[in-house]
Amino acid sequence: MKPAPFELHRPTTLGEALAILGRVCDEGGLVLAGGQSLVPMMALRVVYPPHLVDINGIEPLSRIAVEDGLLTVGATVRHAAFHRPVVDGPLGHLLAEVSRHIAHYPIRKRGTFCGSLSHADPASEWCLVAKTLGARIHLASLEGGRVLEADAFFVGAMTTAREPAEIVVEARLPVMPGAATFGFSEFNRRAGDFALGMSLVTFEIVDGVVVDPRIGIGGIEEMPRRLPRVEAMLADRRVTDTEPAALAAAACEEVDPMEDATTTADYRRHLAGVVVARAVGAAVARQARKD
Amino acid sequence: MQPLRPTRYIGKSVTRLEDRPLLTGAARFVADLDFPHQLHMRVVRSAHAHGRILGITTTEASALPGVVAVWTAADLGDLPPIPIRATAIQGLPPYRQPILARGRVRYVGEPVAVVFAESAYGAEDAADLVVADIEPLEPYLDVCRAPAEFAPGLTSEPTIIRKGYGDVDAAFQRAHAMVALDLSVGRHSAIPMETRGALARHDRARDVLELHGAAKRPHWNRDQLAEMLSMSPARIELYENHVGGGFGVRGEIYPEDVLVCVGARRLGRPVKWIEDRREHLLSANQSREQHHRIRAAVDAEGRFLAIDETLLHDQGAYVRTHGARVADMTIGLLLGPYRVPNYRAVAHYRLTNKTPAATYRAPGRFEGSFVRERLIDAIAQRLDLDPLEVRRRNLIGSAEMPYVRGLTALETEVILDSGDYAGLLEKALVWSGWQAMSRQAAARRAAGEAVGVGFGMFVEKSGLGPSEMVHLTVHADGTVEVVTGASSLGQGMETAIAQIAADTLGVDYRSIRVLHGNTNRIAFGFGAHASRVTVMTGEATRRAAEAVRAKALAFASELLQRDAAALDVVDGTVVAREGGGPSITLGQLAAQLAPASGSRGDREPGLAGTAWFHSKHMNYPYGVHMAQVAVDRETGGVKVERYCVAYDVGRAVNPAMIEGQIVGGLAQGLGGALLEEFLYSEDGQPLSVTFADYLTLTAREMPPVAVLITEDAPSPLNPLGLKGAGEGGVNAAGAAIASAIDDALQVAGLVARLPATPQYIRSRLRELEGGAA
Repeated sequence: MKPAPFELHRPTTLGEALAILGRVCDEGGLVLAGGQSLVPMMALRVVYPPHLVDINGIEPLSRIAVEDGLLTVGATVRHAAFHRPVVDGPLGHLLAEVSRHIAHYPIRKRGTFCGSLSHADPASEWCLVAKTLGARIHLASLEGGRVLEADAFFVGAMTTAREPAEIVVEARLPVMPGAATFGFSEFNRRAGDFALGMSLVTFEIVDGVVVDPRIGIGGIEEMPRRLPRVEAMLADRRVTDTEPAALAAAACEEVDPMEDATTTADYRRHLAGVVVARAVGAAVARQARKD
Repeated sequence: MQPLRPTRYIGKSVTRLEDRPLLTGAARFVADLDFPHQLHMRVVRSAHAHGRILGITTTEASALPGVVAVWTAADLGDLPPIPIRATAIQGLPPYRQPILARGRVRYVGEPVAVVFAESAYGAEDAADLVVADIEPLEPYLDVCRAPAEFAPGLTSEPTIIRKGYGDVDAAFQRAHAMVALDLSVGRHSAIPMETRGALARHDRARDVLELHGAAKRPHWNRDQLAEMLSMSPARIELYENHVGGGFGVRGEIYPEDVLVCVGARRLGRPVKWIEDRREHLLSANQSREQHHRIRAAVDAEGRFLAIDETLLHDQGAYVRTHGARVADMTIGLLLGPYRVPNYRAVAHYRLTNKTPAATYRAPGRFEGSFVRERLIDAIAQRLDLDPLEVRRRNLIGSAEMPYVRGLTALETEVILDSGDYAGLLEKALVWSGWQAMSRQAAARRAAGEAVGVGFGMFVEKSGLGPSEMVHLTVHADGTVEVVTGASSLGQGMETAIAQIAADTLGVDYRSIRVLHGNTNRIAFGFGAHASRVTVMTGEATRRAAEAVRAKALAFASELLQRDAAALDVVDGTVVAREGGGPSITLGQLAAQLAPASGSRGDREPGLAGTAWFHSKHMNYPYGVHMAQVAVDRETGGVKVERYCVAYDVGRAVNPAMIEGQIVGGLAQGLGGALLEEFLYSEDGQPLSVTFADYLTLTAREMPPVAVLITEDAPSPLNPLGLKGAGEGGVNAAGAAIASAIDDALQVAGLVARLPATPQYIRSRLRELEGGAA
């Protein structure tokens, strides 16, 4: 468990980092942020990056701010930064609750939000958040920058639209309306393990009916995603008009689950229904507490 | 003046002597050791589960700067394979593991080449460059299928072990009812915090080969290495350092232990190898994978008439040091605390293309207790009886002790030495509040939760012989040195042995220094395994201390002009029993017994003694596990809410340490019951080679545990009545958890396989409820 030789670059400005990355990315150079996935993979010799561009010394990338109704999360903001709400209203509480499900405390103190998005593990909580809430991912390169919607950024399991010479510099999340509610449900074998299945649900109740329901699932398919058919079952109705069992059944039907040696597609399909129903239940309960 | 009374240490939870270095960071594990000019070794491992080796190219690796040597099997000459500890079971030698693969590879992770380099990084870089050209062969992975070919002319079933007595077929014919189960336990093993490691150097000044990082069986390993390397045992020294957990897997001879020795001798430089976690999960002994087809014939009251058992044992790719012991002991000890008039067991010992298997804490008993207790639950279900009542009716009575089983295990006749199984059961039920637990679980079920309680009874075994020797020496400063050939795996043996020596001798236990695990300090030793150290070394220590005490009192009686019977040893000083008068310390007596001391006279120099303890029979502690679980019906997730273990240890030397053994063992038992499993793909690729895939229990999953230690049945096989405590915490965890899950879901026999993962529980619910779940 000793990584193969590599050269470590420690730029202090984004321009410098992009210049180095531009030089080394063709031979497999990678960006190092929290390193909580990358470094173990190097130690296991699953990946052999000959260069690492460490962006932790680039001060502006640690920025976390609310501007124009958007929460901006810089590339080196750690998971643990969200343990306490970083923004007023439901979003801060949502991120705080979800952050507690990410791995273990030491990992949360080092791993980053944007690093999780870039790694694009199917069971990543932040990828689920990004897809469900509609994050925008800001990429920089020597040629300039571009902004991708989460839907365009995630391409497959462990795969994103980021080009090798690009750095994810920040992600922006829309601040949720104060009246919105959310619910999160995750099932895993042990505390801190990758989710076998999870769901994040948000909606608002306006005039007694559900508005803008978002129902995301993660850990079930190759990428987290929203379930539009299940969302449609909730939209514009009283929340009590939809049976949890019906939501669960619809979620099971809508997903196309992964299969692996320990977990069959059938199990994951069933679990999708369970976590969706539970997340909706949690959102309803949260709403009830507020009312 | 008040007479002084000796302080008693046996039975007290005194603090552990070994903790200071462990808690202050002064401990020295093998990875902490370095010798000047040492080389680092890296093993190149097979990526194929089964294949023919067409060639291994090492040129590129050898050319890397800092690489000193790269060897394959061809470079090892006629180095013999990994040895087997002899048993009566024949036919195993052709299946031993070569130090480096020869001709074929038989599991992913099998050593095929070895690199020696100036740095650990360089060694790993070079290992990456070794190219093994392997023609894949069909792997054999499922012992429920007919055996395959191990090598031309050799099947993958080296032996079939048969045990039993009575007329099983006749018993089945007259049975009131018959119950048959098909049960299995998944492959899992010990995950010590410290991985394996070895550091060898050839000390040319003394012409001695030193091996640091020894554990468990230093003397046997020394003798075997001597034979393999054609050296005299007098020229090999094994050193035990601090050990971060053994549990059966550490301290056996593995290819790496041999390779560091060969490397150090041939290359003339010390060679260090520290196993990484992935290697541990690929190459250290695995355990537990068994399939059981078991049938019981019972009368109308649920009493056993006969048990008919077929075991399919997955040994992995090779026979290692333990031979077929685990399979043998599984069927030899399967019957636990119950009276079974007729018994027939057949163990098919089969090799598969997986990591080789051997012992893991409570080997054969974790599995056997799961199977036996599932069987009892099934009988109760079948006859509509209370499972506790069925157990009571079948328990061997205390008046029947010693109870001759008519079976063997670990090359000894199984004779249950002492026990009051029914007595402990009743005590445990009251102590744990079992009835209230059951009632509360039922009430919660009525309210819609899936909560249940489960139960498992077991008999452990401990105190395996054949022998142990102790040298005990009192130094002039009063320090007492106890040298034993047993070893420490961190279990607290130094403290337990010190407590026994202190009580016998009449000294403070803190004045005792216990030395162990170093072959250059003592000629014989049988190590630390099979819950034997407190019993074997403990009794040898007591005997040595008796002899030293007698010598001290005889000498003091002359010096103090008192009758020896009127003297006592109190806190290291010989005093008059009635109090007052002159006294002399053991240290002063030791000084006067120095070889050159004028007052020694014709006495043997030194206040010292040596004693042996020999034992042909194991002794048998026993216990009860009780679990309360809550199952999430929708996900299949299991939360263990509460756990109780009652254990009769015969004589508790240090209750706190016994409790620690039980709780620690339980964490491993619960891991095996719910979480841990080495999985393999259809082509034999191991899938559990990181901690993200091999799930050990963590603090979050560990329930509150209550432990009741009793001393109702001291062993008649040693004067202190000692029995072992190393494995009782693991033993019936699978049994109790399975039973509790059944109860929670109100589906008898739901758990037929361990670990009971959420995925498994869901699939069983669907299967048993016809897809309704």
